[in-house]
Amino acid sequence: MTAGPLVSLVAVLLLAPALPGVATKTKSLLTGRHGAPVLQLHRDLLRLLRKGAVYSTTTTWMFRLAPVAGVVTPLLAGILLPLDGRGAVLQFSGDFVAFAALLALGRFTLILAALDTGSSFEGMGASRDAAFASLVEPALFLCFVVLILATGQLSLSGMLGAAPAPSLAMVAVSLFFVLLAEASRMPVDDPATHLELTMIHEVAVLDHSGPDLALLLYGGALRMALFAALPVSVLVSRARLAVPLALAALLAGMVMVAVVVGIIESSMARLRLGRVPQFLVAASVLASLGVILQLLT
Amino acid sequence: MQHLADLVLLLVLLTSFLILGTTRLTTCIRAVAVQGGLLGVLPLVLEPQWSAHTLGLATGTILVKAIVLPWFLTWAIREAAVRREVEPRVGYIASLILGVVAVAVASAVATRLPVPGDHPILLLATSLSCVIMGLLVLATRGKALIQVVGYLMLENGIYVFGLTSVDRVPFLVEVGVLLDVFVGVFIMGIVVFHINREFDSLDSARLTELKD
Amino acid sequence: MLLAALVLVPALGAAGAYGRPARHGAWLVAVAGVHLSLVAWAWLAPPPAILDGWLALDPLGLVVLTVVSALFFVVATYAVGYLRRERGGRGFASWLLAFLAAASLVAVSHHLALLWVGMEGTTLAFAPLIFQRRDRRSLEAVWKYLVISSVGIALALLGTFFLATAQGDLGPGVRPLVLDDLVTGAAQLHPAWLKAAFVFLLVGYGTKLGLAPMHTWKPDTYGESPALVAGLMAGGLTSCAFLGIARATEVTTAAGLAAFARPPLVAFGLLSLAVAAAFVIGQSDIRRLLAYSSVEHVGLLVLGLGLGGVGAYGSMLHLVNNALVKGLLFLAVGNAALAAASPRGGLLRAVPASGVLLLVGLFAVTGSPPFGMFLSELTILRAALGGGHPWIAAAMLGLLALIFIGIASMILEMLYAPAAAASPPVRESRWLLVGPAALALGVLVLGVAIPGPLQDLLAHAASALGGVAP
Repeated sequence: MTAGPLVSLVAVLLLAPALPGVATKTKSLLTGRHGAPVLQLHRDLLRLLRKGAVYSTTTTWMFRLAPVAGVVTPLLAGILLPLDGRGAVLQFSGDFVAFAALLALGRFTLILAALDTGSSFEGMGASRDAAFASLVEPALFLCFVVLILATGQLSLSGMLGAAPAPSLAMVAVSLFFVLLAEASRMPVDDPATHLELTMIHEVAVLDHSGPDLALLLYGGALRMALFAALPVSVLVSRARLAVPLALAALLAGMVMVAVVVGIIESSMARLRLGRVPQFLVAASVLASLGVILQLLT
Repeated sequence: MQHLADLVLLLVLLTSFLILGTTRLTTCIRAVAVQGGLLGVLPLVLEPQWSAHTLGLATGTILVKAIVLPWFLTWAIREAAVRREVEPRVGYIASLILGVVAVAVASAVATRLPVPGDHPILLLATSLSCVIMGLLVLATRGKALIQVVGYLMLENGIYVFGLTSVDRVPFLVEVGVLLDVFVGVFIMGIVVFHINREFDSLDSARLTELKD
Repeated sequence: MLLAALVLVPALGAAGAYGRPARHGAWLVAVAGVHLSLVAWAWLAPPPAILDGWLALDPLGLVVLTVVSALFFVVATYAVGYLRRERGGRGFASWLLAFLAAASLVAVSHHLALLWVGMEGTTLAFAPLIFQRRDRRSLEAVWKYLVISSVGIALALLGTFFLATAQGDLGPGVRPLVLDDLVTGAAQLHPAWLKAAFVFLLVGYGTKLGLAPMHTWKPDTYGESPALVAGLMAGGLTSCAFLGIARATEVTTAAGLAAFARPPLVAFGLLSLAVAAAFVIGQSDIRRLLAYSSVEHVGLLVLGLGLGGVGAYGSMLHLVNNALVKGLLFLAVGNAALAAASPRGGLLRAVPASGVLLLVGLFAVTGSPPFGMFLSELTILRAALGGGHPWIAAAMLGLLALIFIGIASMILEMLYAPAAAASPPVRESRWLLVGPAALALGVLVLGVAIPGPLQDLLAHAASALGGVAP
């Protein structure tokens, strides 16, 4: 294992909490406010780690497992991504399936933990979360199909180095929609809402406190970082850049993606709940278009 | 030039999907206006050197398809004071999926037929996709104005195909095509205006008095 | 020169008529008369092609032109009487003449895109005419007509473009989309594109023709338009649309792909007959009934074209007969409506002259001898049997019989059943009677003895379509 991939992974792990901060800062600036500092989430995490946790009497071991799974699964998924532009820390043929499976597992444990609390709000949010997740999976896999067709490689490390093409532009946009869904940002979910009836992902973390909450928040930020790394890697072919330059390009790209997320958050309201499936199907449609285009050329 | 043409055609496809998937009438009209503008740019992008003919065609198309017709449709909306579409017979998600099927079918057909000239194969695929998607909108939507938008999409698809024969089929006919769209939509718009007055709605699902 | 005049005279007439109150049909009759005399001149002295071969008059075009012009003239004389009773609406005469101009363009155009422009013109010209009464029902009818016809025309345009693509890289002196060059260079046409072109042209122009399953606009439109407009559509518009399909068949046959073209034509024809038979029985509105009868007859037209052999001649003869008979029927029905006679029963007593004409029309449209349709349907039947398609012939006979039952039961009931309220016989205007009577006479003549020049013309037209004369 060379140093490059490991260093890149550590860099992303450290940067991840800044991404939600960048998004929120962009949104604040665009709406005429100063907003919280970009590194606010880092500070929140450190604060939460020092606190104690409160557990409801209805919860079981599932509730305590979820935060741990919520960090471990994105971490393992991150090991599979070629963050330095060359290769991942661990790569094998078909690792994109493991990537999607790990992230789905993390989401699954979180949903179970929400159901574990026995409260109706959490159950409602969890069911919505599950429904949207199932609609987003096809989009993600269709994007992978396009990449496989474009590069002929079955490993993430090979797939994400393709030359730019119109079909890949569609894939990048589709992956961006997937990011919005997986990271629970607008217009799929409003991260700033405090009304339980309108929450989708937020309500799942409602009951956790202290270090558990810290782990969940960090896991969420890490997921966002990974999903942001995907479209950046698709759009910008970094195979020929020197490792530090490739890493810098990736981090800059991720920050840009967070800025775009912030712009979208400041300009759109959350979609009506019935319209969200339409949005997610649009992501699949874009990816399918990418498949057709790739087959045409 | 090739990549630019591909990009324009891709955007045309995306606007078609937008029309298929959106609920708001104004978005539909803006999307078809953008599509018209893209179609106006397309001949400029396809031909390496621009003749007076190409420039005239581009200007005419942009004028009619991107400015005049959308303006006219917006006027019709304002007259009718409609905003939102009710859920069509074929739901939005099904429409989007059918749109993908349309593009797949069109691409399959496009690979079978030899493309005239040296135009990108995406041109043929886009044109047939727009035709099929326009027919889809026409057949499944309730509001009369959206049906007019579907008709415009159909004509746009035909126009894209017509660009492959721009050097062969002379100027007269392209003007004829544009005129057809213009007059056709104009007359439809007037009828729509009357429909709104008579029926107090633009829901052509209400036009059910005549039947066997 | 003559060719240009054929198109320009009605166009100028249309422009001149716009805005004048359409009180007097005199302008209509005058322009129609000039047009008809121009057509007669074309018979006597065939005009040369102009505009680099874009406009030319061949036998096929001359048949359609004559039919449309004659029918229009009759409708114009009828309009004199009609406009005395009913409000014409602004531009009534204008739009009618615009149709004549567009139809003439279709008939004389040898450039297939120009033909398409003419068809488009006919579509647009009829829209305001259908909407004459300006009530809910006619609004619904015109909307359905516009949507379906526009889609058909758009598909026909796509087919025309496909045809241009089939021509490929043009050799020196080869004109794109000009019929003569298409036919002479047919062997070089790209087969895949040509097949695609034929399919789209068939479906597109078939929509205008009213073939099933694209016929759904017909009952509503014929039901809600004024009778003379419906008659003009049933006779004139169908002839123009058929010309479009005939041109496509001409090119496809010349390219040796007749085996590809025939089955869809036969299929659409039989389907139209079946649909007509299904909907004619138990129909309650006379105009909708006539619309389905129109579907039946255009089905026969296309069937004859698809059967080949003498079928092409049969179709051409049927074209002429169909125009005359439909005109007769719709005008007679229109008279009954104008006299405000009850739609059910007692027609023979209320409007005796029109009632007789309606009776004549009944026998003519169902193909009874001695009227012309009997001959044309018999010819198509011979083509089916002669070409070795006994099942097609059997189906055709069976469906025609069903349609006969349906139409006869309705018209006989209209004429003979005792009326709900005994209305006194109405004095019928001469203008309203002379037209349909002339048409009835024409159908009778065609059934007894087809004039020699017409026979020659029909034979030439049939041979262009790959058929033979009987």
